[in-house]
Order: sequence, then C-alpha cells, then structure tokens
Amino acid sequence: MIAVIERADVAIVGGGINGCALAYELSRRGAEVAVVERRSLTSGATGRCGAGVRQQWSARENVTLAMQSVEIFEQLSQDLGADIGFRQGGYLIAVHDEEDLRQAEKNVAMQRSLGLEVDILSPHEVTEIVPILDVEGMRAIGATFCPTDGHADPFKTTYAYAEAARRQGAHFYRFTTVTDILTDQGSVTGVRTDRGDLSAPVVVNAAGAWSKQIAAMAGVEVPNVPYKKEIIVTERMARVFDAMVISFRDGIYFSQQDEGQVLGGIPPPETVTGYHLEPTFSFLQHMAATLARYAPVLSHINVIRQWTGFYDVTPDARPILGPVEGLEGFIQCHGFSGHGFMLAPMVARLLADLIVDGAGSPILESLNLARFEDMDIEQEHSVVG
Amino acid sequence: MTIICRCEDVSEEEIMKAIEEGCRTLDELKHRLRLGMGPCQGRTCLPLAARILARETGQTMADVQMQTSRPPAVPVALGLLAGDSRD
Ligand SMILES: Cc1cc2nc3c(=O)[nH]c(=O)nc-3n(C[C@H](O)[C@H](O)[C@H](O)COP(=O)(O)OP(=O)(O)OC[C@H]3O[C@@H](n4cnc5c(N)ncnc54)[C@H](O)[C@@H]3O)c2cc1C
Ligand code: FES
Repeated sequence: MIAVIERADVAIVGGGINGCALAYELSRRGAEVAVVERRSLTSGATGRCGAGVRQQWSARENVTLAMQSVEIFEQLSQDLGADIGFRQGGYLIAVHDEEDLRQAEKNVAMQRSLGLEVDILSPHEVTEIVPILDVEGMRAIGATFCPTDGHADPFKTTYAYAEAARRQGAHFYRFTTVTDILTDQGSVTGVRTDRGDLSAPVVVNAAGAWSKQIAAMAGVEVPNVPYKKEIIVTERMARVFDAMVISFRDGIYFSQQDEGQVLGGIPPPETVTGYHLEPTFSFLQHMAATLARYAPVLSHINVIRQWTGFYDVTPDARPILGPVEGLEGFIQCHGFSGHGFMLAPMVARLLADLIVDGAGSPILESLNLARFEDMDIEQEHSVVG
Repeated sequence: MTIICRCEDVSEEEIMKAIEEGCRTLDELKHRLRLGMGPCQGRTCLPLAARILARETGQTMADVQMQTSRPPAVPVALGLLAGDSRD
C-alpha cells in the first residue's frame, strides 16, 4: 500500500516542534518536504513539555542559540499568521550560596558580553518580581533574572509551524511509522514506512527520544539516553506571577501559564532511564514538598494532572545537529537534553540553510556528532527538571 | 451552538471543524482546542467529544477511547501531598 507521496527533496522523521519548524524553514526556501510522524503532531516530548524559553545558559553556544531563537519567537506569531502564546515574563534562577553566586557572576558576565539583559537580584528584589516566593524556604541568597526569557504554547507553536509549512507545500503524514532508512553506496535514498517507501536524497532524524533507533536503522550510533521526566499542573488561580522560577540545585522549575494554572517539574527521586511512561507518586510528593517550600501559599492549590515525557540526553547535554561522517544526506536534529523547544526556531534556520544552500556555521560544527570522538567536550551545567 | 467543553468553551462546531481539518484522535482535539484540559480535566466533555469523533470519522468508540490516564484521579492539594513527604 503506497499512501505517501513517492518522493520529496527532504524527508523529516518526527512531527514535534523541531520537525515542524524545519518543515516550515525548508519549504520557505522552496524545498519539497515530507514529515513522517508515527502518531499525531506534538505527541512526543513537545506536547508534554514546559515550553520555557531561557537564554541564561552556561555554555556560550546555548546562550547564542537561545538569544537568536527569542528574536524569532518575538516575531513568530506574525510570521506564521497564528498566535503561538509567546510571553516574556523572565526566568528567575535561584542562587543558593557563595559558590552558586560565583558561578552566577561568571555566567552573567559571559551572557552580558553576548548582549543579554540579565541581573543578579537581592532577596528583596526576588520577592518584588515573584511575590509568592519564600526566599528563606528556598534556601536562597538571591537570584539571577533575565526579563526577556519566557514561554510559549507548545501546541499552538507546533501547529502554527505545521500549518504555515503546509501552505508552502509541505506534506504531513501522521500515523505513519518510519521502519527503515534506505541507503545506497554511502548515501541515504529515503525512508521506508508502514505505508510505503518515500524516496528523498536528504533524511532528517528529528525523532526526539526515539532518534537513537532511527539512527541505528541507518547504521549510525548516537550516544543519547532517554530519561523519564515528570510534570504537574495545578488548578487555575488569579495571575500572581509572570516569571519562570528555577533552581539548578533543587532541579525544580515552575511558572504560571496563560490560563492561570501553575505548571512545573523536578527530577524524580529515582532516576529512570529507558522508555517508561508511568507517573510516580514519589515524584508527586517530592514536587509538592519542594514547591510548597518555595511558595508556601501554593499549599492550598490543587494539583489536577500529572504526566511524563522523555528528555533525550547527550553526554554533554547539548544537541546533536547536522551531517554524519560516512552517510551522505543523513541529517541529525536531536539530543536536546530537555531544552529542545526553546532552541527549535533557530536550529530550524541553521539546518535549512545547511540543507538548501550547503551553508555551514561554526555553531553547527561545534554541535556535530563527531565531537564525541574528541575528549574535551564543553558540558552545559545549567540543566533543570 | 452546542458547547461540549464548558471549562474551555469549545463548541460542537469547533470540534467538527477540527475533524474536517484532519483531527482523528481525542489527543489531537485536546492539542488543537484545549478540549478536556480545563479544571474538570475532561470528565464531562471527553466522552461527548469521543462520541462526535466516532460518528464523524466512522471509528468505533473503542478506537477513539481515552489514552494514558494521568493521576491524581481527583484534585488534591499540594500541601496535603507535601505533608506526606520527608522533604
Ligand atoms: C517534562 C518535560 C519538560 C520540558 N520542558 C522544556 C522547557 O521548558 N523548555 C524547552 O525548551 N524544552 C523542554 N523540554 C524538552 C522539549 O520538550 C524537547 O526537547 C522538544 O520538545 C523536542 O522536540 P522534537 O521535535 O525534537 O522531539 P519530539 O517532540 O519528541 O518529537 C519526536 C517525534 O518523533 C516521532 N517518532 C518517533 N519515532 C518515529 C518513527 N519511527 N516514525 C515516525 N515518527 C516517529 C514521535 O512520535 C514524536 O512525535 C521538556 C521536556 C519534558 C519531557
Ligand atoms: S468540560 Fe472540558 S475540561 Fe471541563
């Protein structure tokens, strides 16, 4: 049964934010694109994520990529012709002690040198920005704050990209599973799906936490590991804060969404790798206790839902982007390690320029799979959740 | 106009339109319309939406039935959960 079109310039495996953003950028540059998604769009990490957009990172490339993405996010509703729910309430990052403070000062200096507006806050300033925080309960001595960080709606953003891509001629095959990557003499020639073969000289692996399997189909080994992450949402309440609050020490992050609900996560007490989706009570307790410590007034608020998703984690917590040695036309776009929503707009542009115009960039170079062959990789330390 | 999801203010017409545009599962209706994502977490609207989806797409109720259940089954206060833990 051949139900998919027979050929395209680029076949993208995965209909999350990255696959859909890339479909948009590629079709805008005139390429014929086919996105193959096993279930519905946003059914992977994208539809389960916090969708926070943060520029305060410790690795230079991440700051740069995130800043460029924010610039795109600011225009995106207009560019795509649909509201993506982008709100800039800032990210407030707890500073817990002197050692934290030294790291924060280093990060802030680097971030400012790149042009980011970011400050170190006193405890008093912390509660001015997020009045419900209990600085003592947080065991904090201050925070860093970047007012242009924020969040978007992951469903609206992904569908806005997909609809705009479709208008530019991109094809979307949902409920279609890629079962093999077709190759011939060191080049990819397309994908095999459960609904027929699709030939394409370029295949993009944007399958999130399942990218490892897609790469293996092409005989390419990637070092990614899936980690189960859990997240809760509370009932709605009147708007009391705009910032996303996070702590690297406690691993917690939480923010208040457009509709008034508080959404947040924390690493589960037991680290779980592999494809397990069951929510746990121990996470729920740990999250509730930490959140109540950070913002005691939230104790009265009900949790209404808890769910899980995967981080697709690489050894240095940075994504794997671009071509691979030895297999022409096989492009990687995964390993986002828990921050792939915020980077997607810029990553899509970089990869589209590479695929359509052959334009490389130092940032893509530095995020190539080949870096894991060297020993001196720069690790991103600023990871939560 | 019949409202199917009271919490998120989603009408039958909007559901029909989303189905016409290609939605085939309850998940897709949730993602596109926020149907079932409100304070009651879809207790009343999701069964109704499932029936519309089955009728319009020629699927059986079993085909469109609810996916992963996401505890807690009843809303529970953060403070209560926090009190149970030794954090
Ligand atoms: C709880 C949680 C909170 C998060 N919070 C944030 C945050 O605040 N900010 C942020 O930037 N990021 C966050 N992330 C990370 C973010 O969600 C991901 O990095 C991002 O969504 C990845 O998007 P993607 O398109 O690359 O992958 P995904 O959204 O996972 O999409 C991959 C798609 O590939 C499909 N697929 C898999 N195998 C096949 C196959 N064989 N054939 C066809 N299709 C296939 C899957 O069904 C899936 O839809 C969070 C993640 C989680 C789990
Ligand atoms: S009626 Fe739809 S979520 Fe409550």
